[in-house]
Amino acid sequence: MANFIKKLYPAYIPAGGARGDRAFSERSPSPFWVMVRKEFGDHIRSWRFVILLAIVVLACAGSLYASISALKDGQSANAASGEGGSSFLFLRMFTETDGSLPGFLTFLSFLAPLIGIALGFDSVNTERNKGTLSRLLSQPLYRDDFLNAKFVAGLLLIAVVVFSLGFLVMGMGLLTIGFPPTPEEFWRVVFMLLITVVYVGLWLNLSLLFSVRFRQAATSALSGIALWIFFLVFYGMIVSLVGNATSPADTAAASAVIRHQDLMMLLSRLSPAYLFQEAASTLMLPDTRTLNPFITQDQAYLAVNAPLSFGQSLLLVWPQVVAIVAETTLSFAAAYVAFMRQEIRSRS
Amino acid sequence: MESPVIELSGLTKRYGEFTAVSGLDLTIRRGEIFGLLGPNGAGKTTTILMMLGLAEPSSGRATVCGIDATRNPIEVKRRVGYMPDDIGFYEDRTGLDNLIYTAMLNRVPEAEARRRAVHLLDKVGLSAAADKKTGAYSRGMRQRLGLADVLIKRPEVVILDEPTLGIDPEGVRELLTLIRELSRDEGLTVLLSSHHLHQVQQICDRVGLFVGGKLIASGDLAALSQLLDGEAAYAVEADVAGWSDALHETLRGLARVTSVVLTEPDALDAAARPDIVTVRVSGTDDVSAELAASVVGSGASLLGLRPLRYGLDEIYHRYFEGGGNLGQLH
Repeated sequence: MANFIKKLYPAYIPAGGARGDRAFSERSPSPFWVMVRKEFGDHIRSWRFVILLAIVVLACAGSLYASISALKDGQSANAASGEGGSSFLFLRMFTETDGSLPGFLTFLSFLAPLIGIALGFDSVNTERNKGTLSRLLSQPLYRDDFLNAKFVAGLLLIAVVVFSLGFLVMGMGLLTIGFPPTPEEFWRVVFMLLITVVYVGLWLNLSLLFSVRFRQAATSALSGIALWIFFLVFYGMIVSLVGNATSPADTAAASAVIRHQDLMMLLSRLSPAYLFQEAASTLMLPDTRTLNPFITQDQAYLAVNAPLSFGQSLLLVWPQVVAIVAETTLSFAAAYVAFMRQEIRSRS
Repeated sequence: MESPVIELSGLTKRYGEFTAVSGLDLTIRRGEIFGLLGPNGAGKTTTILMMLGLAEPSSGRATVCGIDATRNPIEVKRRVGYMPDDIGFYEDRTGLDNLIYTAMLNRVPEAEARRRAVHLLDKVGLSAAADKKTGAYSRGMRQRLGLADVLIKRPEVVILDEPTLGIDPEGVRELLTLIRELSRDEGLTVLLSSHHLHQVQQICDRVGLFVGGKLIASGDLAALSQLLDGEAAYAVEADVAGWSDALHETLRGLARVTSVVLTEPDALDAAARPDIVTVRVSGTDDVSAELAASVVGSGASLLGLRPLRYGLDEIYHRYFEGGGNLGQLH
């Protein structure tokens, strides 16, 4: 049918008669996925991404080396003292270190935000400055598809990078220590990588927000990096400063001390970096039984001295996971609203 | 088919206190080339954005191809190709890739998109540069690629915002010829905004003068000049060697001649032939024949004779510089 019409009116079919549309939409993807595909390709081909990947891979290889040498020392020490140190040996590859370099997890929590920022900081303002935004939006697509495509393409790429890094480390470790992971260990790692993706997604959204808000790519990159450094370095300092200033007197009641400590925990947990650290390290260290700094002597004494199961660890960090997802969603919503309210003009 | 392609009624856009477009009424017929003319900041681009549903009007309606542009922008954008005034492409992609991308955003399958892109690149004369990255394109090439980009979705209406901005005269001529051809061959309706008057004059069927958010006049050239003078006027310009006051009187005495004015010669011409005088004769009808006869009859030599039509430049000047005239015109 479509062919027949095409023969009759070659010029008019694609202009968007209902028939022509349906004929095309069966064979061609929606504009949204076309944009995602293009964004994804752009990211992969860009120099920025190659450089970033090189840094992250180097960091991971370094931390892997450090942890493996630590594990070897630890193993021989354990063997000497006659203890069975093999519990969750595979997971310890991600956290343990011989002191020369930070572990994989630390590196990841440190560098992952950088990937998010680098992928997003110029995504909207550059299109605007180069005049491609108004051309793009005059095509038959919804305005929010543009921002959604930027986000989805970025997140897809992040997922690919994080998971391939994680599996790479697992594979390398497997080769070097020759000790296969149990299914539980495997799922713990996979879930940790999943949380990492969401966490990087948060930084991607923040940098998207900045790129909507600021017309200059440099300003937007700088604000992203400033926020990253703020949460990584200064936020903890500020929280402890506030903690010192407001700490109850030594003679205060226990309830007052506990209330104060709860408040400090709440403040710390506003920071996505802290949340991620808590969630990821709890998953990687099954021995962590609680994230609460206060436990009664009875609790400490009577608790079974055994690692938690995967489900229980997950239950422990579930609030953290929800909080990270919420913060990610919030920052995307902010970018979305800011973008939808903006006037589309060429280069202004 | 007689229903108008673009119909704006009472279209108004306010930004806070500032009114960018106020109460615009405009009708454009199918197959027409319409020139939207006005100085910078007159509200041309805002009007265009409202037609595409990219900006929301404060009041009034914009209907394109019978579809409300504010309510259903997607359908409008499917039928309308828009070239922004400072068009940009993805600079690390080739011209061909950029076109294919646009086509695919319009749900054209990839093979068909490639076929069309190659065809259009050939049409706008960019075949040789198809595999070059657009970052290396010159301004004129970008504009031509922009035209191909607009046409690849096979629109019914093409809106070009300042298509000739920043291109050299030869490039402008080529581009305008291209637009004219396309409009004629494919029956496209073209809306063209510009502040370059003589360019618009070359190809537009009708023009609309746009100042301060208002459309103060629209129509073809004759209608516009009539609006200015209040009556039909013909003017002839003659280059005469051996000018005398007697000849001046003779010409003035001719039937239907209303005025004879000596004009300032062009600086370049005057340097070459100081004895040549250029005179502008206006009348209520075409007086070229009588004029030529009298000049030759008086013994002077007639070196040039050209009928004058009011160019848009003059119309433009009369409208904008004679600010007092504006009220009178309404």
